[in-house]
Amino acid sequence: MTITHTELELEGAAEAAPGGATHADAPPTEVPSSARVLRSLRHDAGAVLSASYVGMVVLMAVFAPLIVKVSGWSPYEFDQSAIDPNLGGVPLGDWGGMSSEHWFGVEPGSGRDIFARIVYGARVSMTIALAATALTTVLGVTFGLLAGYFRGKADHAISRVMDFLMAFPALIFMIAVLSALPAGNRSMLLVVIISVFGWPYLARIVRGQAMSLARREFVEAAQASGASGVSVVFREILPNLRSTIIVMVTLSVPGYIGTEAGLSFLGVGVVPPEPSWGQMIASSVTWYSVVPTYFAIPGLFLFLLVLSFTVLGDRLRAVIDTGEAR
Amino acid sequence: MPRYLAGRVAAMAGVLLLVCLFTYAVFFLLSPDPAVQICGKNCTPDRIDQIRENLGLDRPFWTQFLTFLGGLFAGRTYGVGPNAVQCAAPCLGYSFQSSQSVTDMIVQRLPVSATVAIGAAVLWLLVGVISGLVGAVKEGTWVDRTLTGLTLGGLSIPNYVLALVLQYVLVVQLQWLPFPQAVPFGEDPGRWFLNFVMPWIVLAVGYAAAYTRLTRANVIDTLQENFLRTARAKGLAPRLVWRRHALRPALTPVVTVFGMDFAGLLGGALITETVFGLNGVGKMAADSIAKNDQPVIMGVTLLAAFFVVVGNVVVDVVYTFIDPRVRVAA
Repeated sequence: MTITHTELELEGAAEAAPGGATHADAPPTEVPSSARVLRSLRHDAGAVLSASYVGMVVLMAVFAPLIVKVSGWSPYEFDQSAIDPNLGGVPLGDWGGMSSEHWFGVEPGSGRDIFARIVYGARVSMTIALAATALTTVLGVTFGLLAGYFRGKADHAISRVMDFLMAFPALIFMIAVLSALPAGNRSMLLVVIISVFGWPYLARIVRGQAMSLARREFVEAAQASGASGVSVVFREILPNLRSTIIVMVTLSVPGYIGTEAGLSFLGVGVVPPEPSWGQMIASSVTWYSVVPTYFAIPGLFLFLLVLSFTVLGDRLRAVIDTGEAR
Repeated sequence: MPRYLAGRVAAMAGVLLLVCLFTYAVFFLLSPDPAVQICGKNCTPDRIDQIRENLGLDRPFWTQFLTFLGGLFAGRTYGVGPNAVQCAAPCLGYSFQSSQSVTDMIVQRLPVSATVAIGAAVLWLLVGVISGLVGAVKEGTWVDRTLTGLTLGGLSIPNYVLALVLQYVLVVQLQWLPFPQAVPFGEDPGRWFLNFVMPWIVLAVGYAAAYTRLTRANVIDTLQENFLRTARAKGLAPRLVWRRHALRPALTPVVTVFGMDFAGLLGGALITETVFGLNGVGKMAADSIAKNDQPVIMGVTLLAAFFVVVGNVVVDVVYTFIDPRVRVAA
């Protein structure tokens, strides 16, 4: 399954010692200031490269219509002159028909411009991944805090729901639900479904940390001075979880990008003709031996995007965990 | 212990029941009328009504759901009179497309899925644990840095992209492997093995990378523990320090994660099986989803959930044996 790898590690970290105190239970280390975190990340070649690539994809997504104007082809235009009708639509020329006109070549069969589809595909990938991340974060942090701070019945109920969602074969179920639903607003649905199955992994960590923070003196002080439960949660506990949340969220973005691409690859994600990288790779399956660039280009873009977020999350965690920045 | 176990099993049954109910409700609400689907073209309203009655689709939701549950445990009978069909427990119903029993369909395809899952699991455990140990022993050297880089790559490559790259490089360009085709083990073991090499690699890469990181981090943590310092200080040979004191605590978390991952795979490695055209449970799920074959999707979802939930309990029980520290809690 596409989602599990980063989650698995986080799970591993959380479950490392099921009997006693877990890693997640340990009081969060002192939070280095964001300026210091940024400064130490700036000296890290991997982090800088990853951030630049992510920045490039974001720019590509934002300015897609402009970029496509410069390159000259829209993602939906068919160029019959770029493919060979006698060979079943194989692109004319080497490297999948790469030329000054079609920078990344053309789609076999239809002659649509691959560069334009990559640029527009970035939009889909980034929008869905970021929206899913935002929704997951809100759900995960809220429920995690509620369960961890208020304990008792709230904790019991939320923990049961989390167990249930985590036992669910999420990928199969996502595919089944998406295929049964009308094709309407797929992007929206993808976001909702990814978030519904994604939040427990964040909530579990937040819950553990909120539990240990709730026993600290500054929280007791706030309670003693008459602060309400809600204000203790948001004023005292949440700020102390900032670094944990940032790391967890950065590490979960690649999972969502992968899930979106995977679902589109399986044909239940973004609906054609709207381009998505996963969908492009799916349609390249029948052509892979003849036109390798057709899978290599979207594959490379997707791989690099997932890799960049993974590297960023990893470095961020290293800096914050070891307090390198202090 | 027995009491603990009984509690766990009860909780497990509860979760499974909920998964059942949830999935059933979603399909009940979402999917288009199955009777129309079964009836196909040239269908009359009478025929549709008849199918509905036979399958019990005209009854209210709860009745249908309870009948389904009953079928799971005790089997059920479809239709009445001479046309009645007896479906033995565990009855998951019949495919709308092929009219085959879903239970039979799953049982037929389980060996392929198991082969893919077991082969991949062996591969990722070996690669992951060994390279994790190497990374920890050589912490900070170029070997460690190379491994770290590789694991980041392994974590990030989507398995269908890797599948296409491998097929292109190994099959089309270098021709080291034949084009994947299902050959039974008994017929030609060599060919059978070559067939599964790519699916195993594709499925294992991500896990191998994750296990490398997990093992490395755990071993490095363990090496800093006080009991290891004691072991070294009392003059124990390094080999014995490793074997007796370091490996066991470092590898127990790997066992937990492995149990969960492996259980998750048994529900069918959907993408890998689909990409390589292997006729396992995962591919069956993908196919039935494309055709909206509700009973089959239900069956696979339940099977996958079953493995995950059972895997969870098994891991917990195994844990109390391999990690004495949690025995008290049980």
